[in-house]
Formats: sequence, structure tokens, C-alpha cells
Amino acid sequence: MSSKTASTNNIAQARRTVQQLRLEASIERIKVSKASADLMSYCEEHARSDPLLIGIPTSENPFKDEKTCVIL
Amino acid sequence: MCDQTFLVNVFGSCDKCFKQRALRPVFKKSQQLNYCSICAEIMATDGLHENETLASLKSEAESLKGKLEEERAKLHDVELHQVAERVEALGQFVMKTRRTLKGHGNKVLCMDWCKDKRRIVSSSQDGKVIVWDSFTTNKEHAVTMPCTWVMACAYAPSGCAIACGGLDNKCSVYPLTFDKNENMAAKKKSVAMHTNYLSACSFTNSDMQILTASGDGTCALWDVESGQLLQSFHGHGADVLCLDLAPSETGNTFVSGGCDKKAMVWDMRSGQCVQAFETHESDINSVRYYPSGDAFASGSDDATCRLYDLRADREVAIYSKESIIFGASSVDFSLSGRLLFAGYNDYTINVWDVLKGSRVSILFGHENRVSTLRVSPDGTAFCSGSWDHTLRVRKTSFHFAV
Repeated sequence: MSSKTASTNNIAQARRTVQQLRLEASIERIKVSKASADLMSYCEEHARSDPLLIGIPTSENPFKDEKTCVIL
Repeated sequence: MCDQTFLVNVFGSCDKCFKQRALRPVFKKSQQLNYCSICAEIMATDGLHENETLASLKSEAESLKGKLEEERAKLHDVELHQVAERVEALGQFVMKTRRTLKGHGNKVLCMDWCKDKRRIVSSSQDGKVIVWDSFTTNKEHAVTMPCTWVMACAYAPSGCAIACGGLDNKCSVYPLTFDKNENMAAKKKSVAMHTNYLSACSFTNSDMQILTASGDGTCALWDVESGQLLQSFHGHGADVLCLDLAPSETGNTFVSGGCDKKAMVWDMRSGQCVQAFETHESDINSVRYYPSGDAFASGSDDATCRLYDLRADREVAIYSKESIIFGASSVDFSLSGRLLFAGYNDYTINVWDVLKGSRVSILFGHENRVSTLRVSPDGTAFCSGSWDHTLRVRKTSFHFAV
């Protein structure tokens, strides 16, 4: 590659980086306190329906080990 | 700087110089044209002002990065674990292995659940892709890929097909058939073509589109039926190792993580990167959205997992311990988002309290690296795949409250 194309590439690359950074700098953000509060409220709302969190009773567990029958 | 090769999908006459060349799409005033690579580079430097030298652009980039950090810091008024102090602490968990799926002849590299909450597809280093019924541990389908290191596999939303790929640089879709006379490999359809290994793949909301991530530094969206490239995503500076689609309610975005230590959030329609996060100290092996879609977690070779909030545009939690020195290969959330399961290269799985930042449980059992981990669609179990050739399905049998 000639040095001219190399520098053109670098400039084009730098331009793309600057444009991308401009885009990222301009987005709207909210405070961490608000974002955290929302994450917490989502957890609390859905905690009761989270089987890995509360554990489900054996009777409803599709993965429970099958017990063999015992003839009394 | 990695060698990024752009996907060539059109060969024809350039819209500018009219020569017959390999073409790239460029956008001029939001209109798409096809330029050959020479004209595309010239266009990028078009209208360059006298003082827009390389040096001035670089310093502008530096000042923009500084401004970005400043803006993010302004909103950093509190830490997540501080806000979470008022939440009840989690007690002791007992999570038992309920099923061990044995049958792979070599390292398990990837797995995915079917929407029916019971079937699992897994792929391994020896090229085998197996579909299991996790309730009975029966193998329902098995296919041998023409390549080794099948690093990515995914189940279609309908449950009627699977996608997989790896060192063959392709993503292939196999329709699942129960007809014993039909050879699954015969119906294989090659959908994606990359210029380096396939590291991750995922169907979008339907069986019709697939999103792929590759060692060539790009992600791409493909139409399954025609194999056509619908959108490509350029921006990573090195191999892309993982991707995850946003939960359907929150829209058309996905997050990807790569060897350049960056996690990037993309708009699927425009191909633009909308947010980027660079706080990890090593390759990001796994990314997963929080169930609400407002945040995502990442697992990295730097032995930490981190939580990034998309609306606050910053990292809000780090899950790490001095005693954990091996990389995290795979992460997933429980249904409520309160638990983060992370599989590590030291053969263990750590369960983290997402809000408080503390570890609630450590799970043993695998005899080699945990390479992949997914929670089932209904949240009742999670499955981990390992280099010890097995997959383990675990459930919570007890949670003793504090």
C-alpha cells in the first residue's frame, strides 16, 4: 500500500471514530440511583415467580428423580 | 488492530467510477449507494477541512472520550449495592444436579434450550451436535458437522430447527425431523458466511433470521431462507466472542462482546453501534441481557462479571472476589434477574446476588472448565456444559431464608 492510501485510511478511520464518539456522547442518560431503583423493583416484582430463587416443591418438579415402586 | 475483512456480497459496477469491482454499501445523505473500496475511502476523506489532519482528529477523539467519561460520571450519584442495602439478603441455596447428559466424545462448547423448556441442543469440539430431551436424558437427534470446534449452536423459536457453526466459518441450519429415513445432514442449509470462525449465533424472534458473531470482528444478520446478508455490524477491533438479543419487548437491539474488551450495543435496523462499554481488562466471553432489557451482564477472562445499565450508560456493578482468578466463560440471569449464574474456567459455577454484588453460592461438579451456561426459558433449571464432555441440569431444591 502506498503511504498516501495508508494515511487516507488512517484519516478515514479517525473520522469514523470521531463521528461514533459524537453519537455516543449525545445520548440521553439517567442517574444511577434511578436506574438502580428500577432494577431493584423489577427483581422484587418477579421474585415470587422465579423458581431458581424460591425453589419449587418436589411435587411440581419435572426433573425430580423417579422413585421406584415398592411392593409392601 | 485486527485485520477486518469486509464481507463481499455484491460484485458489480461502482456507482461513482463505474468500474467492475467488489462493492461496499455507503450512505450519502441517508441514501444507500454501492461504491468500490477505493471510492469509499475517497468519499470518507471528502470535504476534509484544511485543519482536519490526522492529529487534530485524534485529539478531538480524545477530548470526546473525556467528555463522555465526564457526562457518565455526573450521573454516578450512588452505587447499586448501596441502593440495594434495603433489600432482603438472600439465604443459603441448595442447588442439585438433577440430570447429567453424557454422550459427547469431547469438550462441550455451547448449548441452548428449546422454547418447550425441555429440549437442549449442544455442540462439541469433535464436530457433533446433539439434541437432548433433558427430562429423560435421551438423545433425540445427532448430527456430525464437517468441521471441528462447533463453537456456536442455537435452537429455533419454533423448535423445528437448529443452527450451528464454528471453524467452518459458516452458520448452518438443520431442520429437525423425526422421520428415521431422513438424513439430517442432507437437509442442511448454509446460511452465514464469515471470513473467520463463527463464535456465536442466535435466531431472532422467528425462524427466518439469524444473528451471527465471528472471529473476523463483525456481527451479521442473515435471512435463513435465501442466505442473504441483511445487515452487518462493524466496530469491534478484534474477534467478537458472544452476542445476545434484547428481550422482545424492548426492541431491535443486541449486545456483543469481543477480544477488544468492549461490549457494544447495536441497532439491528441501521447497523449502528449505539453504546459501547470498555471497562473489562480482558476478552469478554459472554454477554446476557437482564430480563427487563435495561441492563446486561458480561463475563470476562479478567475473572470478573460486570453489570452495565443501558439507561445510565455505565457499569453499575462488578462481581469479583480475590479468590477467583480464572476467567468467566458464560453468564446468565435467573427469571427475576436477582441471581447471576456464571461458569468459570476453574471448573466451578458461582451464583451472584445481582443487586448486592455478593456471591450466594458456589457449585462444584464439573471436572473441567465450564464453557457454557443457560437458564431454561421458564426459569426452573439451568444447564451447564463443560470441557469434561458432559452437561448438567441443576435446580434449586431449597432456599433457606436468612
